[in-house]
Formats: sequence, structure tokens, C-alpha cells
Amino acid sequence: MSLQVVTANRLGDGLVVFLTADGGWSENIDDARIAEGKEAADALLAEASAPELDVVIVGPYLIDVEQQDGGLVPTKYREVLRTKGPSVREDLGYQAV
Amino acid sequence: MYRYDDFDRQLVQERTEQFREQVKRRLAGDITEEQFRPLRLMNGVYLQLHAYMLRVAIPYGTLRADQLRELGGIARKYDKGYGHFTTRQNIQYNWPKLDEIPDALLDLANVEMHAIQTSGNCIRNTTTDQYAGAAADEIEDPRPYCELIRQWSTFHPEFTYLPRKFKIAVTGSPNDRAAVKVHDIGLRMHQNDAGETGFEVIVGGGLGRTPFVGKTIRDFIGKNDLFSYLEAILRVYNRFGRRDNKYKARIKILVHEEGIEKIRDLVEEEWAQIKDGSLRVGDEEIAHYIAQFTPPAFEALSDDDADFEVHKAANRRFFNWVRSNVIAHKQPGYAIANVSLKPIGGIPGDATDTQMELVADLSEKYSFGDVRVTHEQNLVLPHVKKADLFALWTALDAAGLGTANLGYVTDIISCPGLDYCALATARSIPLSQRISERFGDLERQHDIGELKIKISGCINACGHHHVGHIGILGLDKRGKEFYQITLGGDASQDAAIGKIAGAGFSEAEVVDAIESLVTKYIDIRESGERFIDTYRRVGMDPFKEVLYGDR
Repeated sequence: MSLQVVTANRLGDGLVVFLTADGGWSENIDDARIAEGKEAADALLAEASAPELDVVIVGPYLIDVEQQDGGLVPTKYREVLRTKGPSVREDLGYQAV
Repeated sequence: MYRYDDFDRQLVQERTEQFREQVKRRLAGDITEEQFRPLRLMNGVYLQLHAYMLRVAIPYGTLRADQLRELGGIARKYDKGYGHFTTRQNIQYNWPKLDEIPDALLDLANVEMHAIQTSGNCIRNTTTDQYAGAAADEIEDPRPYCELIRQWSTFHPEFTYLPRKFKIAVTGSPNDRAAVKVHDIGLRMHQNDAGETGFEVIVGGGLGRTPFVGKTIRDFIGKNDLFSYLEAILRVYNRFGRRDNKYKARIKILVHEEGIEKIRDLVEEEWAQIKDGSLRVGDEEIAHYIAQFTPPAFEALSDDDADFEVHKAANRRFFNWVRSNVIAHKQPGYAIANVSLKPIGGIPGDATDTQMELVADLSEKYSFGDVRVTHEQNLVLPHVKKADLFALWTALDAAGLGTANLGYVTDIISCPGLDYCALATARSIPLSQRISERFGDLERQHDIGELKIKISGCINACGHHHVGHIGILGLDKRGKEFYQITLGGDASQDAAIGKIAGAGFSEAEVVDAIESLVTKYIDIRESGERFIDTYRRVGMDPFKEVLYGDR
């Protein structure tokens, strides 16, 4: 069954964040709450789309992920880039930390 | 150069304060993202893959030294120490924080800059020849007309919600360096039979998912009538342009679907109503704007400079830089110096804070404080004494800005692609870097000659791939990047849309594919032919053969 997490951009600085287990937002995809199956994914997205979160994040959406070496990795390259930063500037973005 | 008057200054200050309030309300939750989005876009603020992006307007690609210095300062203060010069002669910053953007806009306003007309469905920032006012082949400096277009179009109440964005480009030279035939409106300055200077008006050109070379709607419009005529075109577009489908909303689709004859009739009919109205610009007013762009105080010099010749003879690298990057100036003893933002293996169009500040300093020292941005993502010092070129190059070279590759295979246009852009389907920059490295040897570049490679990371074609001699379009094929090659595109006065060569190539294959095209060209070219000339002579088949063989 496919695994999904919710990602968005944080309102204040625009940085990529992921919805966590406690309903907060983390810069680290490994903190993300995982939804297994369509029903759980829909519920997760509904939670992330709550009107009161409009002042916290922008544009929440679901992405497919896989468990790899104890961490979460998006299946699409676009989303991999979002978890890291520009591939052409490894000194920038989360990959630089 | 044009200096803001009180009206311009007030306009920009007020807009900056307005946006500060809007950001405050957004962060406080008083307005939703849905309400805020169009407001931020009207101020050049996009939300990209990793962060917000701020796109700053550089009207007709002209900058004063203090403005470029400020752009460098903003890169350091609000971003991560760099900016990216775009194919629209603008600059964009990739990491600004929303609550700091109003401060950045205030810093910009203090040097008479802003982010107006860099987004949204309005008439965008007008672009022109980067060599305006300097080029030896120019009829007249196009910038006074660009400035008049700016003033006419900025916050034009009728054209703030067009069906889609609208781009105007102007060339004052028969050698088109502003790609005017692939803009919504292109203006080509020329003289009519009576010896008057005016413009050919080209309409409905464009790139994106449906590329077209524009069609001539009027062979000649006099300067006094230009603005009422532009207004007539915009009115016809605003009324009849398709609002039902975003992908069919540009004027190119209207021109294509209705035919140029019908559009011409509609425009002429509209124009007849307004041509003698307030938009008719008198000679005196035009003279006022021409006076704002009077040439700098050139010295009377001989066109030959002995020291310059000595340096060229003594320093091979300087000789090579002059060969590719220095262009003839209209004033004897002066030259146009191009500053390549395409170091071998570098990121096309990126410049660091200190590089921007250095170029600003050098422009004050050597080019009357005048800097240009090109749609090919380089910078220009337009008015340099030949006697100063060696000192200029030495300073540029020490800062990684002395690359001798203008117009060569490594002078690649590349959009930000999937490394930054939320719309992209594949990365562009790493591919441009690999091609640059593959062809980095300068002797090889000299042998290949002029070859324009342009790369876009999605169908929106910000990297102008349709008009690359070799164009590359990055796409997503089942989650993997792959690249489609087009051949025979041209952005010049001989504008043409490239043709797709065939099936796309994987990331691993594509650089070899490009090299095989170049090798084929070398094998079959006739004396003096550029890649594009050979392509035009022999057509697609020989190139297809090397790409696909029996495939």
C-alpha cells in the first residue's frame, strides 16, 4: 500500500515543511506523519487544509514516499529536491545543514 | 539615463507601503492566501519550490551603477548572497522571507527600482536591445520609446486584468538582439520611404506551449502615433482574447485563430477612434524623453588605440575575450564590453553580491555608470574606452567574470528549471553545466563558432528553447527527467521556431546527443557557415541520422 505524507511551504519564510504526528510542521521529512492508503491520506490532507492553518502554511498537498534506510524518501525527484535544496547549490537548502 | 520624477517616486513609495500593509495583514491572518496571492504577484513575489522568490524589474535592461550595487546589497541582506538574471532582463532572488520583502522593496525604491510589472496579467516590463545607445548598427536609441511604453503601461487601469500576461520588446537596430518577433508585440525601428523613423509593429509572437513567430500588423507607424496604436491593439486583445482557457489566452492564439487580417481590421477600426486623442505624443514630448537618454560625454578619440593593440598581442586570454565579448561601438575609440555570466561549468545568469558590486564599481570607472542586462543572461558595460578594456578585463577576470564565450556554445540560456521552479518538469541548470564543461575548450568553441543553445525546464519555455539553434526542453517521463531536442530555432531578425528532432533523451544520453549534432555540423559545414546556416542548407535529416541512426 502506498505511503503518503503532507507537505507545504511555511507562510513566513516559504520553506518546505511536513505535517507531523502532533499536528505541527517540521522541516525534516522524517518527522512527517505517514498515511497508509487513500482514506488515511484524505484525512491527513483534510487536517492540513483546515482554514486556521492558512496563517501557518501555504498550499498543502500529498506526496508519495518510501521507507529507505530508516528514513522517508519521496518517490518523485521534484519532491526529493524539495527535501534537500537545489542540486546545483549543495551549500544551500536543508542539504547544507 | 532616465531619472524618476516626483510622480514616479511617489507611485513606487506608495506601492511599497501598500504592500507592507498587505503582508502584515496576511501574516496576522486578516486575509487568506487566496486573497493575498494576486496581491503578492503584482509585487513580483512568487512562491517557488524551496521558498519565496522576488523578481525585480529592470526596465529595458538598463541599470545605473548605484542600482546594480543595491541589487548586490539586497542579495546579501535579504537573500543568500546571489541573484539570478533572467531572460526578461530582470533579476530574481530565490530565498527572501515574506516579512522582509517590504524592506527589500523599500531599499529598491530608494534607488528608483521596484517589482512592478514582473508578474500578473498586465503589460510586463518592456525589453530591448542591450546595446541600445551604443550599437554601431542602431538607427536610434530605442529606450526613450521603451520609457514611454513603461509610463503608458504602468498601472494602466484598462489593462491591469488582461486575459493573460503581455510582453512588448523593441529593437532600434536591424540586427534584432531583443527577439522582438517572439513577443506579444515586437517593435522594429526602421525608416519609411519618406525618410521618417518609425516602427514596424509585429504581433502575436511568443514561445511557451504554442510557439509562434509574430506577424506584421503594420509595416510602419510613426513615433507620434505609436502609443495610440499600441492602445488599440491592447483594447482588441482585452476584448477578444480568450479568458475561458489559460492556455489559449495569449494574443498569439487570438491572432492565430482569427487571422492577422481580421485582427488588423479590428485594430485599425479601434485606432481610428483614438488616434487623434490624448495618446498622440507630440514631437516636443518625444524630444523630452530622447533628452533623458542623451549619450554620455564621450571624448573625441581615434578609433585605434596603440596600448589596446599591444595588450591584445601580448596576452592571449585578453585577445580571446576581445574577440568574442567586445562589440563595435558607434563612437570612435569606444567599445561595448560584454560581461559573461556563463563561466565554464557555472550557473547561467547567476551573480554573487560582490560580483554585482564589482561590476557597479567598474561601470563607474569605465562606462559612465551604465550597465545593461541581456535577455541571454549576461551583463554589458556599454561605453568603454578601448584604452580601458585591458584594465577592465583584468578586474573582471580576477572575479570570475572574464569568460570569453559570448555567442559560443557555452553561452547557454537556461531557465532555473526544477532546481528552483515550482512549474518545472526537469532540471535545466545541471544540463547547461555539463554541456558547458563538455565544450569548455576555447579553441574548440572558436572552431564551432556561433551556436545558441537554449534550455527550458518545462513547456512554458522561459529558457527560449524554441528559438535556440539547438533547443532543449526538459520533461518528466514517468518520474524521470528526459530531454527533447529541437533544431533550427532562431531569435534574431530571421526568427524561426525550432523543429523537434525526434524522441527525447535521458539525462545520461543528452550531452552525447548534443555533441553528435555539433560533430555532424563540423563535418558537413561549408566555409563560413554557422550551425544554423548549415541546418538551413541541409535540413533536419542529416542531424536526425546522427541522433537516431536506424532507430
